[in-house]
Amino acid sequence: MSTDSAINIYIMGKKYEVPDSLTIMEAMEYAGYQLKRGCGCRAGFCGACSTVYRIGGEFDLKVGLACQTKVQPEMYLAQIPFFPGRKATYNMEEITPSVTHLMALYPEVFRCLGCNSCTKACPQDLNVMQYIAYLQRGDFAAAADESFDCLMCGLCVSRCPVNIVHYNAAILARRLYAKYMVPQAGHLQQRVEEIENKQFDEELSTLMSEETEKLKERYNQRDIE
Amino acid sequence: MAYTQELKELMRKVEETRTSRVNNPHPRMTPDERTEVLNNFHPDYIEEAFQPLQVGPNKGDRVPLELAGLLEAQSCLSPQKIDLTRYDYDVDVLVVGGGGGGASAALEAHEQGARVLLATKLRFGDANTIMAQGGIQAADKPNDSPAIHYIDVLGGGGFTNLPELVKTLVNDAPLTIKWLEDLGTMFDKTEDGTMVTIHGGGTSRKRMHAAQDYTGAEIMRTLRDEVYNRHIEVLEFNPAVELILDESGSAAGAVLYNLETEDYIVVRAKTVIMAAGGSGRLHYQEFPTSNHYGATGDGLVMGYRAGAQLAFMDTIQYHPTGAAYPPQLVGLLVTEKVRGLGAMFINVHGEQFVYSLETRDVASSAIIKECKEIKNGIKTPTGLDAVWLDSPLIELLHGEGTIEKQLPAMLRQFKRFDLDIRKEPILIYPTLHYQNGGILIDENGCSTVDNLYVAGENAGGIHGRNRLMGNSLLDILVFGRRAGRHAAKKSKEISASEKLSLEHVNSYHQELQEAGIVKEIKSPQILPSYSYEKI
Repeated sequence: MSTDSAINIYIMGKKYEVPDSLTIMEAMEYAGYQLKRGCGCRAGFCGACSTVYRIGGEFDLKVGLACQTKVQPEMYLAQIPFFPGRKATYNMEEITPSVTHLMALYPEVFRCLGCNSCTKACPQDLNVMQYIAYLQRGDFAAAADESFDCLMCGLCVSRCPVNIVHYNAAILARRLYAKYMVPQAGHLQQRVEEIENKQFDEELSTLMSEETEKLKERYNQRDIE
Repeated sequence: MAYTQELKELMRKVEETRTSRVNNPHPRMTPDERTEVLNNFHPDYIEEAFQPLQVGPNKGDRVPLELAGLLEAQSCLSPQKIDLTRYDYDVDVLVVGGGGGGASAALEAHEQGARVLLATKLRFGDANTIMAQGGIQAADKPNDSPAIHYIDVLGGGGFTNLPELVKTLVNDAPLTIKWLEDLGTMFDKTEDGTMVTIHGGGTSRKRMHAAQDYTGAEIMRTLRDEVYNRHIEVLEFNPAVELILDESGSAAGAVLYNLETEDYIVVRAKTVIMAAGGSGRLHYQEFPTSNHYGATGDGLVMGYRAGAQLAFMDTIQYHPTGAAYPPQLVGLLVTEKVRGLGAMFINVHGEQFVYSLETRDVASSAIIKECKEIKNGIKTPTGLDAVWLDSPLIELLHGEGTIEKQLPAMLRQFKRFDLDIRKEPILIYPTLHYQNGGILIDENGCSTVDNLYVAGENAGGIHGRNRLMGNSLLDILVFGRRAGRHAAKKSKEISASEKLSLEHVNSYHQELQEAGIVKEIKSPQILPSYSYEKI
């Protein structure tokens, strides 16, 4: 943009001059980086580009997704493209939405000190500590809902003084909730049975062998409900 | 970056007509009108943007220039430098790619008892799958059926799709949704468990299932969690760079490249599933793209060199609603769910100019026409063409709070740049979204090369010349699972190859030389390069 002005940013301590209209990711590329880690969907969905930064002269550490955050003057930044958080493994058929199972798989959830560092570190602005509290209470529905927009970027874990792996506990909660607490879709089950009974095979075979003109006619005359 | 004063004034025209448009949608195009707008304005019809391939199984077929450049380039690998007598991994099934296609293939192959290795270019789950927002189709409601879905798919694809693949897609669709439900995927449901389903462009029934507007992300993270639960080995930052064949020309493994140490890794496998994704990052015709960073068409390149036939590679999907403003979001996908919920396309005068739920190819062409020919588009401050997508209409139609509930990702993305899509319409223009074609497969995901299976966006034939919304998340899982099952079964019937070979790469180089093709670039490309690019 013609209104761009050049600003100084510090990528892992090194100074670069970049246009102020860029995102952190674009600024790194502008500076000459060929990104390997720390770059994924470039649209705020994958959590690959979590970045920690501080503005010169300030105390607070801030966080953001590099692809979704604009650069600012005197920004000191580093990416955290990977964090060695623990993931428990489990068989979904053998566990239930219960505090007992949660405690066995992720005991650290119950060590939460209530410092709220996780919430402050979330680039999606989720109330992370709140869903940890829901989990401790065994309220899997609330935890599933509160954590739904999680990108699993790992920034919460990086700031936790008691090493809770929030995002992994959260996906466990969501899967348990969706599998065991939400009613199964009756219409889906019925359709699956119909398909297994080959109920649509004949109709589909007919369509497969039909001339294009006939199919076009069907398409153009179909009802839209 | 909030709208400029100038844009705010133009926005008022959209506001002025909003109420009057509520029950007054633009009429749908007639079949002739659709053909006309496609022929005149769709980028696939710009002849000089394509060229016929001069070598390989699709010799003579036209493909985009950018893709031809890579298909007709020398391999980035020097075959003589690789010692194929020692392999680092020896498995039954090698899955190349860690998106939804690869993950579902790995899970099913593992379920069959195969030893599975999944290798992926970036992180496991970094793929177009995770970015798919709108939904996944399946005919599971009482007023719907696989046959009705079949007709929609075929009509959307211009009646060019391969019938066997479409049948498989629509018939397996409800089974796939059930599989996801059993895995604990959090679909949008009403209190009694009924799936909330809406329309997408070109659907004749409401069969779009969603998990808010994080549908692909929800599916991807669930599958990834399950792959880890099964202790399937995953190699991240290890893209495949060439397939390995055996003496008879059947797939027998792949050479991987460690992006960080720059070492090569030899994998011997009885069967290989290529699920390396799309090619939007090749920026055909200089379009911006909604695609993932890794979408550089590597699977097409490796498969083609190994002798696999491609299909429909001359047809690319331009998604009508790519963000055109703010500049930081240009090309980013504005989910089709926005139109599904009722947002209309509006020109600079505040008027509708196309029915909001036309198929993607038709809607994109209509927008290009409105801007380039009729000159009723809006110019963004960076000089891009755009039209409005009237998102506030959604709140008028379905009540306040709908956007927050149903489109949280979209709301958040624009809010980061001080735009509120609940109150302000979105400036959009078509963005390079999807490769409709790919490596030709059959209903079990088999390519034309023995023991080479294909799943995910790099598979071709299912969607013909145009894919409908919600059929990609569907196809990657339907054919991913099928490829996984069949590749595992096949691996039990055959023994591992004793003689691994990269001779096909040498022969391909020979063919290029004979055709007089000399290119500086090497392929697969692996990563796009945006360094030093002035924005």
